[in-house]
Amino acid sequence: MYDMKALYEAGSVEEAVSLRLEHPEAQIIAGGSDVLVQMREGKRAGAELISIYGIDTLRGVRMEEDGTLRIGSLTSFSHITRDTLIQRYINVLGQAVDQVGGPQIRNIGTIGGNTCNGVTSADSASTLFAWDAIIELTGQAGTRRVPIQEFYIRAGKVDIRAGEIQTGILIPQKSYENTYGHYIKYAMRNAMDIATLGTSVNVRLSADKKTVERARVAFGVAGPIPLRAATAERLSAGQPVSEELAERFAQAVKEDINPRDSWRASRDFRLHIAVESAKRAFLESMKLAGGAL
Amino acid sequence: MEKHVIQYKTVHFTLNGRDVERAVDVRASLTDMLRNDFRMTSVKKGCEVGECGACNVLIDGEAFNSCIYLAVWAEGKTIRTLEGLLGPNGELSDIQQAFVDEAAIQCGFCSPGFMLTAVEILESGKEYTDDQLRKLLSGHLCRCTGYENILRAVKKTMYCRLGKPLPEEN
Repeated sequence: MYDMKALYEAGSVEEAVSLRLEHPEAQIIAGGSDVLVQMREGKRAGAELISIYGIDTLRGVRMEEDGTLRIGSLTSFSHITRDTLIQRYINVLGQAVDQVGGPQIRNIGTIGGNTCNGVTSADSASTLFAWDAIIELTGQAGTRRVPIQEFYIRAGKVDIRAGEIQTGILIPQKSYENTYGHYIKYAMRNAMDIATLGTSVNVRLSADKKTVERARVAFGVAGPIPLRAATAERLSAGQPVSEELAERFAQAVKEDINPRDSWRASRDFRLHIAVESAKRAFLESMKLAGGAL
Repeated sequence: MEKHVIQYKTVHFTLNGRDVERAVDVRASLTDMLRNDFRMTSVKKGCEVGECGACNVLIDGEAFNSCIYLAVWAEGKTIRTLEGLLGPNGELSDIQQAFVDEAAIQCGFCSPGFMLTAVEILESGKEYTDDQLRKLLSGHLCRCTGYENILRAVKKTMYCRLGKPLPEEN
């Protein structure tokens, strides 16, 4: 038994919105792999829950008419990894979420829950930052779209307002077109572990594959919320594909990241693996994009 | 003190091939309901925080830790536990027999969970490498066997179902 005061189940987005307005103190629960564990630990003891897990319309990935890739917020990690649109347009996201927890967690955990937690180590978050994902929120007045960089306010706090739930994660066409990426999760164990550092890089090369048109890099656990390393991105744009560029790109990430000392790893160690991971992920991304190295 | 009113909900689902219905306390986990209301005691209470896999069941063909799954979410689902693997006269299924043959069981506490994940793997009809199988089995903790015999039991059953000979170990 969970120590909950009441459970309200929403069968549709509209129901979820009215339940949110009726019970402003209640905690939203999607797959529950964080919320229910926190309840077991006594952190949310006696809370009211609004379950949105039953809203099947929020599951699945589809391509919208304008070429935007829409990921329903309740799509589980394992379904994202297996989805053919994800594999074709943003394969790195499927690879990143295939490193969350273990197989059973990937069947219950949702990408919406992973981002609404506001946790810096979320395996989906760095890749979504690196691909300029847009978060869609639905409330009484309709939908609102927020770039993921603005959605994260501070550790554990995201921009979900009264009466809202997150309904989708959108990847615009200009973000995924001709773009290839790679994610590196650094953790002590291969399974059931939280990232010491997460690094997600993606690049778009020129038609002749000789020049980097655009490179983007985001980190998890390099600051209180996931973050982009703009200096490295700026210096690599327009530069010829080379190993030397990967080295400069990697060194430059130190300008923008600010990891902390924690029991998992020291700041210095995180800085070290950030540079190394950025280099490897950048090289791999260039190779995936067809660059000759 | 404020009096707490227990909130119940009736859930209907398929359990090991049988249509069932129960009024459950909404605070119950699926583990609670399967053990207490249906006596499915193969569903073990281990860590109860989704780490160890002892409570694993199949829901619509996918493996879930039932300890972090609300009982009310079972509505309309098809759920299988280890009890559902047995034949009509209690015969062991191929995967259970393989666990016996490969000595993949000692205390047995992790076995039901492992076997149901194995069923999800086997029912995909795919052939996996050892590394892939290790990853697919990584959501379960076993404190007795050291995992090698479990891996071997799953691998053997996989090749058997695919109608292929088991590759020789090097």
